[in-house]
Amino acid sequence: MSKYFVRRLAMSVVTLWVIVTITFILMHSVPGNPFANENKNIPEVVYQNLLKKYGLDKPLSEQYLIYLKNIVRWDFGESMKSNTETVNEMIARGFPVSAQLGLQALLIALIIGPALGAIAALYQNRFPDYISMIVSIIGVSVPSFVMGTFLIQFVARNVDWLPIGGWGEWRHTILPSFALALMPLAQIARLMRSSMLEVLGQDYIKTAKSKGISRTAVILKHAVRNAILPVVSILGTTVSNLLVGSFVIEKIFGVPGLGMFFVNSIYNRDYTLIMGVTVFYAIILISMLFIVDIAYTLIDPRIRLTKEGR
Amino acid sequence: MERLLEVKDLAVSFQTYYGEVEAVRGISFHVNKGETVAIVGESGCGKSVTANSIMQLLPMPPAFYKRGQILFEGEDIVKKSEKEMQRIRGNKISMIFQDPMTSLNPTMKVGKQIVEGLKKHQKLSSSQAEKKAIEMLELVAVPQPEKRIKQYPHEFSGGMRQRVMIALAMVSNPRLLIADEPTTALDVTVQAQILDLMKEIQEKLGTSIILITHDLGVVADMCDRVIVMYAGKILEEGTVDEIFENPKHPYTRKLLGSVPRLDMDRSETLFSIKGTPPDLYKPPKGCPFFDRCDKAMVICKDHMPGKASHSKSHYSSCWLNHPMAKKDAEGSEE
Repeated sequence: MSKYFVRRLAMSVVTLWVIVTITFILMHSVPGNPFANENKNIPEVVYQNLLKKYGLDKPLSEQYLIYLKNIVRWDFGESMKSNTETVNEMIARGFPVSAQLGLQALLIALIIGPALGAIAALYQNRFPDYISMIVSIIGVSVPSFVMGTFLIQFVARNVDWLPIGGWGEWRHTILPSFALALMPLAQIARLMRSSMLEVLGQDYIKTAKSKGISRTAVILKHAVRNAILPVVSILGTTVSNLLVGSFVIEKIFGVPGLGMFFVNSIYNRDYTLIMGVTVFYAIILISMLFIVDIAYTLIDPRIRLTKEGR
Repeated sequence: MERLLEVKDLAVSFQTYYGEVEAVRGISFHVNKGETVAIVGESGCGKSVTANSIMQLLPMPPAFYKRGQILFEGEDIVKKSEKEMQRIRGNKISMIFQDPMTSLNPTMKVGKQIVEGLKKHQKLSSSQAEKKAIEMLELVAVPQPEKRIKQYPHEFSGGMRQRVMIALAMVSNPRLLIADEPTTALDVTVQAQILDLMKEIQEKLGTSIILITHDLGVVADMCDRVIVMYAGKILEEGTVDEIFENPKHPYTRKLLGSVPRLDMDRSETLFSIKGTPPDLYKPPKGCPFFDRCDKAMVICKDHMPGKASHSKSHYSSCWLNHPMAKKDAEGSEE
């Protein structure tokens, strides 16, 4: 087991390195630099000084090495646009906001999604099934920005139950959380439904029934636990998507999260911020996949054994 | 002998998009206390539907009881509610299924699965339940039961899993055990072990067994009486000796003729019954075996023969039993 973890960890580091390198190459292959476009008014000397200050006058290979060194020390440098904050500080400011939003959305998706899917499966081709599948088709097919706009219009503007946007009180978080949750909720519900239908047809469900335990016990102890496995396996990407934030939702609701920094950094070609946010995102994603793998082994004993065997 | 189970004119159908499938079409039989009764017949003849309907384990809908009674200890199962059935299932009637590889929940420890039902029926504490699980695994001869109850099904071989299934079914000491092809998915040596085990436990606990199978070798080995089913009807029933030595129905004879024998010449092709069973969407009015029977007469096509008695325990439904049938047909060699 521990051998497996060590190998996974090593693989993660390699993956991270590949991501950093590709991002670096892509970023620098776009013509111009953070100061090139809007600095017609800046005197040549100042421009050269700026380049020098941020090390952009050095050859690319050297910049790359310096950058790698800094990442290892967890120092993403200063933002090239903001004079007051380092990239680390910006991430520290944006991530908790995105994470709170993401966790709330995740909670909503994880509570409602599997329940919706399980109910749909239990009442296959009957009214509850149709309702929950309509909800999840809407969730999968309506883009989050449309949903966000609708929510703003009908829940915030027309009836004034909740604020339109902004950040501060908990009330502000409700609408964006729901807008963000809808897509994963719908995906989970659909996945849960099909997986539950498959499990309900299994022989061991019949065995469970033949023991004379209640229908609820059959469903909760025997069906749901087995049906939830595929849902757990997609959770890794879902969680990291939600935690790091949806760019669009944060933009629509004016939430000062990491997603907003990401979008702005690309507009501004803020090299250090782009790299910082990318690496951060990659680390979250990789560690989430790692955690999900472990969670999987806890739920499904068969997987535990095969890994021990290796 | 005391009757434990009495099935009277039971008919079970399935409602599908294409119409009603009449899986079981009015069968009557009984099971005495401590007795082993085999239900034999080819795939799709209604054996499993019969077994499952005794436990109300068929999905309803699409399945429904069309008519008849299933009297278990004098009470009609057909009329029981789901709640009442839960007190009977796994308590007074238990079931073993065909495929031990898929019949156990892969994410639950074996010990817990064995006593789950018993815990509910007898309100045991966790430590009592664990003790009982160990005891049951000992009974079905699974080595190291203390260790085994904490393992998951994938850590067991097929034969061991079927032992676990037997432990699971027998844990509450049921009056009736329904074994739905319990050895079909196992290899031959393991089959023999499992059958011996079932016999042994039956002797110890005095359980009645309904054994659903298409393996006549198993029947001869295990059972007291045999019921031969075909297309949702019982064509013949009798004691094992009567069925094997003096089969009356042409179908039973052909079924027996299809069993491969060790002393058979290799060049000899194995006998098989030509044709396929009738479609139960539109079951035939007459004898269901009419199309495949080489003794068929005109009357067989449109009229189902009644039950004729050959001895106190031996019955068959065939027009050849009628005094007007040609005598040469009876008892001729296959």
